[in-house]
Amino acid sequence: MAFKFKSGGFIENLPKIYGLYTGGFLAFFALMAIFEQMGMGADTIGILFVSFTIVIYAVIGWLSRTMQVDAYYVAGRQVPPVFNGMATAADWMSGASFVAMAGGIFLGGHAYLAFVVGWTGGYVLVATLMAPYLRKFGCYTVPDFIGTRYGGNLTRICAVIVLVLASFTYVTAQINATGTIAARALNIPFEVGVWFGLLGILICSMLGGMRAVTWTQVAQYIVLIIAYLIPVFWMSNSQGFGIFPQLMYGDAVQRIMELEPQIGVGTLKPAADFATQFPGLKALTTLHATPGEGPLNAFRFVTLAACMMIGTASLPHILMRYFTTPSVRAARVSVAYSLGFIFLLYFTAPALATFTKLQLLDPNLSTSIIGKSFADVEAITWIQKWMSIGMVAIKDFNGDGIVQINEFFLRGDIVVLATPEMAGLPYVISGLVAAGGMAAAMSTADGLLLAIANALSHDLYYKIIDPQAETRKRLIVARVLLFAIGALGAFVASLKLTGILGAVAWAFCFAMSGLFFPLVLGVWWKRATRAGAIAGMVIGLGVGTWYLYMVKWGGMVPWYGLDHLRFGIVGATASLIAIVVVSLMTEEPDAETQAMVDEVRIPRGETILGSSH
Amino acid sequence: MATDTAQREAHWQKTRNLMIIHLVIWFTFAFLVHWFAPQLNKISFLNFPVGFYMAAQGSLAVFVIQLFVFAKQQDNIDKEFGVAED
Repeated sequence: MAFKFKSGGFIENLPKIYGLYTGGFLAFFALMAIFEQMGMGADTIGILFVSFTIVIYAVIGWLSRTMQVDAYYVAGRQVPPVFNGMATAADWMSGASFVAMAGGIFLGGHAYLAFVVGWTGGYVLVATLMAPYLRKFGCYTVPDFIGTRYGGNLTRICAVIVLVLASFTYVTAQINATGTIAARALNIPFEVGVWFGLLGILICSMLGGMRAVTWTQVAQYIVLIIAYLIPVFWMSNSQGFGIFPQLMYGDAVQRIMELEPQIGVGTLKPAADFATQFPGLKALTTLHATPGEGPLNAFRFVTLAACMMIGTASLPHILMRYFTTPSVRAARVSVAYSLGFIFLLYFTAPALATFTKLQLLDPNLSTSIIGKSFADVEAITWIQKWMSIGMVAIKDFNGDGIVQINEFFLRGDIVVLATPEMAGLPYVISGLVAAGGMAAAMSTADGLLLAIANALSHDLYYKIIDPQAETRKRLIVARVLLFAIGALGAFVASLKLTGILGAVAWAFCFAMSGLFFPLVLGVWWKRATRAGAIAGMVIGLGVGTWYLYMVKWGGMVPWYGLDHLRFGIVGATASLIAIVVVSLMTEEPDAETQAMVDEVRIPRGETILGSSH
Repeated sequence: MATDTAQREAHWQKTRNLMIIHLVIWFTFAFLVHWFAPQLNKISFLNFPVGFYMAAQGSLAVFVIQLFVFAKQQDNIDKEFGVAED
């Protein structure tokens, strides 16, 4: 960076820099709160929050610009574990985690918690099986590892294809989320919001590659975690749920379980035609904390969790974050910090869902709406506001004038966005939440776009098409690709093809189908051969995609309840069988490759690939 | 010196065992406890039904603690065999 410090370099001063930054953000928050008291409009506050934070990220992106290969691809391998942990947490927690997770738990109850378990447990696989070894390898990208360990251009290309497919599926969902939030906060149409969001994303990554993305992601983590936690703590304290809500919502869960039979959750079904009347909205029909009985429900829970975990350990934009630490040891510690920072949000989401639900259901609370008259509910400000944009609906199907559980509809996404208003918190909180959602979606989109562009520029262009390309040319190609892929992603997102969650789950399943076993066995099984790896990737991805197509569009009955969200189980199993069988049928890898695997397994010594390759 | 074959094999043996231990813990808290969620919900912890608690918080906390312990243990193994970084 271009800063000069009184003592020490940039890295030594990181705690000070981000400490100041956090203080500055909190001061901005306080300033907005004061402006609100002085009569500033809600819309202006929203615009200021979103634009102020984006300008900060853009400044960080500008200051981190670089023309060095190892700074561009792996941030110069000098990111301390704690900061890499924050960057990974921001990289990881997408718009879906921030905006949709609490809403998913609100509507889906215990079954949805499979995502919460899956999106955290995957890091155990990352730490034990992958991250330290990939760091020792010294690769720039995930296909770089596959291509060098197994050898051959075809292997590298297969890995690039899986990476692009998985990451692109994911990135459209993120650009979609930035568009949604930008559109709402800035009062612009969704189609314009998508391009605006993309602009913000590209400013953060174009000039400085991984280095710029790392330092903006740390900044984005700080914004998103503050934005998630403040409303929950505030609400919990003002509504009397206790000072540390995450540990104290047991009573709220009990109270919901007590209320559910009284108000008919799970027994009162909404009118059959509600879906056509209120597209995208749902009524609450699932019990909050009670899991479905029987082995099929248990099986559905564990298979969904398994897909998310194994997918986590195969997603290149996560794995590549651990290429940036100064050492193998730091990579391991960094995985632990990553999960710690992720945990802060993920153990809060169920608490938020529980409080919000209780506030709507409990007749003893002033915020409740179930059991009140339609006239009263229609007079509530937040109901009016969200009804006007079609995210909430009420309709008196049985004509008794009382709002029942099956006559109230909402979109899951609004649980996080509207909670401050439901609880009657000042608008400054809503502005904060919008900035947090934007940070979450932007940081993930940044990581994904960079993963795709780096794989294409390093593995496809430099390693295969033009190995003689000079540094300057390589980095310009990388930036052109980044721009092109971002534009393509924004174009696809503006077509609104899938909901946020469907696309996210598919990305995990694509990644695990094609990459998990070739990566793991590349380190843990010396006998794995080039032909085996190619078979593992091609057959895994092929079978997984075929199964997805058949279940989703081909009318096939899913095997044992493995629906389209869980197709990775089928794909990864095929991949494992293919890589083992084909490896055993082919000649074992040569002595040089085996020695390379031996070297990957110990932390000491030089990386396999040079620091600049 | 640390890099002879026997040393490497012993190091890898211990590394592998540690990995297996941690994956067993992971398997227990990722899958096993959630399989029995309906039964666990009949008991309560901090007033939470335990089946719900494990999925919303308990398993997550186990994973976080486990990873810090793992990093420490693996580091000790590396030092024991002289293959840690300087």
